[in-house]
Amino acid sequence: MKQINFFDTPKIDQVGIDDRISRITARSIKKEAKVKGLYMILNMIDLTTLEGADTEDKVKHICYKAMHLHDEYPDLPTTAAVCVYPNFVKTAVTELKGSGVKVASVATAFPSGQADTQTKLADVKEAVDNGADEVDMVISRGKYHSGDYDFVFNEIATIKAAIGKARLKVILETGELGNLDNIRRASDIAMYAGADFIKTSTGKIKPAATLPVILVMMEAVRDYYYNTGRMVGIKPAGGISNAKLALQYLLLLKETLGGKWLNNTYFRFGASSLANDVLMQIVKQKTGNYQSKDYFSKD
Amino acid sequence: MKTKVDIDYSSDWPLAPAPESMSHINLKEKYDLFINGKFVKPKSGKYFDTFNPANEKLLAKVALGDADDVDIAVKAARKAYTNVWSKLSGKERGKYIFRLARIIQERAREFSVIESLDGGKAIRESRDIDIPLVSAHFFYNAGWADKLDYAFPNRKPKSLGVVGQIIPWNFPLLMASWKIAPALAAGNTVVIKAANTTPLTLYKLAEAVKDAGIPDGVVNVVSGRGSVVGMAIVNHPDVNKIAFTGSTGVGKIIMNAIAGTGKKATMELGGKAANIIFEDAALDQAVEGVINGIFFNQGHVCCAGSRLYVQESVYDVVLRKLKGRMQSLIIGDPLDKNTDIGAINSKDQLNTINEYIKIGLKEGAEIYQPECTLPKKGYWCKPTLFTHVAQSNRIVQEEIFGPVLAIQTFRTIDEVIEKANNTPYGLSAGVWTDKGSKIFNMTSQLRAGVIWANTFNKFDPASPFGGYKESGFGREGGIHGLEPYLKFD
Repeated sequence: MKQINFFDTPKIDQVGIDDRISRITARSIKKEAKVKGLYMILNMIDLTTLEGADTEDKVKHICYKAMHLHDEYPDLPTTAAVCVYPNFVKTAVTELKGSGVKVASVATAFPSGQADTQTKLADVKEAVDNGADEVDMVISRGKYHSGDYDFVFNEIATIKAAIGKARLKVILETGELGNLDNIRRASDIAMYAGADFIKTSTGKIKPAATLPVILVMMEAVRDYYYNTGRMVGIKPAGGISNAKLALQYLLLLKETLGGKWLNNTYFRFGASSLANDVLMQIVKQKTGNYQSKDYFSKD
Repeated sequence: MKTKVDIDYSSDWPLAPAPESMSHINLKEKYDLFINGKFVKPKSGKYFDTFNPANEKLLAKVALGDADDVDIAVKAARKAYTNVWSKLSGKERGKYIFRLARIIQERAREFSVIESLDGGKAIRESRDIDIPLVSAHFFYNAGWADKLDYAFPNRKPKSLGVVGQIIPWNFPLLMASWKIAPALAAGNTVVIKAANTTPLTLYKLAEAVKDAGIPDGVVNVVSGRGSVVGMAIVNHPDVNKIAFTGSTGVGKIIMNAIAGTGKKATMELGGKAANIIFEDAALDQAVEGVINGIFFNQGHVCCAGSRLYVQESVYDVVLRKLKGRMQSLIIGDPLDKNTDIGAINSKDQLNTINEYIKIGLKEGAEIYQPECTLPKKGYWCKPTLFTHVAQSNRIVQEEIFGPVLAIQTFRTIDEVIEKANNTPYGLSAGVWTDKGSKIFNMTSQLRAGVIWANTFNKFDPASPFGGYKESGFGREGGIHGLEPYLKFD
């Protein structure tokens, strides 16, 4: 394969991106399309708890929630995964056994990524040894901004090599990258280095995921697919807390990458509070009325 | 090494129908001429039908005027000019125009729905582009009414008198606003002819003119055949200026007719705009712009980017992206909020477009149309690309006025400038590059009235619009659009 020069990645025009997004947000997703979309969203959620105050009990609770989103409606799917720190992976694996819900673990000195590669590898090893199906790593933004793209590339490739069969999600932390051209470049670096997923944010930095950012990443995934034939997944994380916005992400996905990406192998939402709003919308579609928020469990 | 993989844009998640509500629209069965502040029957007693091009259903009957009706309208306009409108201060005229602008805003939903019903354009466009621009043009020009004395330094502007205006069927209400708003702000009175296939919104505007309390006879609306009513306006001895938007062929007939009469004129005619993509452009955004440039309003746009020039090094990539984007466009019911491409405006226009598609195939060009099902009733055309075309092909030279794009490649800047300018038209052009210096170089060498850089089909009432060469002369919009409605001592 030809050598990729990451100093010369495709250009992005912010105005054009915003124009395209305004077409998506003007779309009307109603009735059966809305219900089907809402079910898809639930099944694409990485239910996430990444707090300093997390405990084993808290992790158990969200694992239960991932499998039992709203027991009044038995036809609801589970979430795609539960996302926790490496030290809670074991607990999550035990709790989720047999449910089909994957265990994802953040690693590589999440969220800052400020550690040497050996420490990051140890972090990743803990997650994988404990049974994580997926690893969410962060890129070294400091190195990225200094123009040391080789370092960023090599670090991702090293982690990828160390995690065996687990799928690698690479967090670009788009809120720290400054502009869309950088988001495109970082996406390309991550994919060519072996990422199975590119993910926007840690959730600790604002702005987190936005529609323009995701469109740039989707277009990067599309170009990468054209060039290599390999499908890479996308995960917006942080900042998506209502169903309407999540539906717009799905529609953008459909119109940019087509139906093959419309499942949780290739698209995820990293979110903690999105599920309840989606559930509320599903109940509204089925009963005709909005229910009080207190009818939906908060775990 | 090139891997042959393509994106499959089909999915098992189609959007549900999202039809715009029709409950708020008020459409009469019959529309009479609007002369001297009243709706009056045409002298002939005859009416013509206007249809919904998306389902071929009758919408309303519209007065078929003739030269006698035009004469009455011009007399009413002259009387209103002499007795009322020319005596009002700019400030008072401005108030009326502001009031009209606000009424249009209040009724925006109704105007949008009727514009889409009568013309076939997607409600997304009439709701988000046409109608907001209509009220914006009235607001903008209303603001000039009391500032004319300061708008042209060291020159004292005066109104002309009665102006005759003829508008096209593609953006009926928008084109009416481009003409009526500056005419009124400058102190003139108006006789305006509605387009034949899309007359309804202009008569709805007449209702708004009445509701705004604009004095009788200041705005008069007539309808009928172009060769009868249009020519009667053009040839009427008491009309001081003609403003025409339409085909270059008819523009030439009008110019012949008014030669030697002293009537002022502005002409906004055909186009065959070049959209130029350089290898250093943001390609995905350029492709989106090309799509909007040619498929906006089904390609019934005089400034449509109907010729695409792509730098050879990125031709394959751009073509693949273009085809992919075309597959995700939604074609169908104009009143569905999710529709991207609506119906072709009329059977005649559909025949013209289909004729050009045949010509393109006969000329040896390669055609691409996405797979999509078109409604059984109504007039429809799939978005169409032609590749492997030559400058000498008719589909490259002539205005098709439909969703048909001809793509060519180029290697150097000089080559593409020569090709882009090699057309009798010169209305608009588009340049796509990440390099600012290239944009300035291109814009100074392209012979077109409007040049967009890294965007396309952007309109603003403050920005002048108009053509070079056979695309016409005179400008509409901005202070430049006021000037043709004024004379200077």
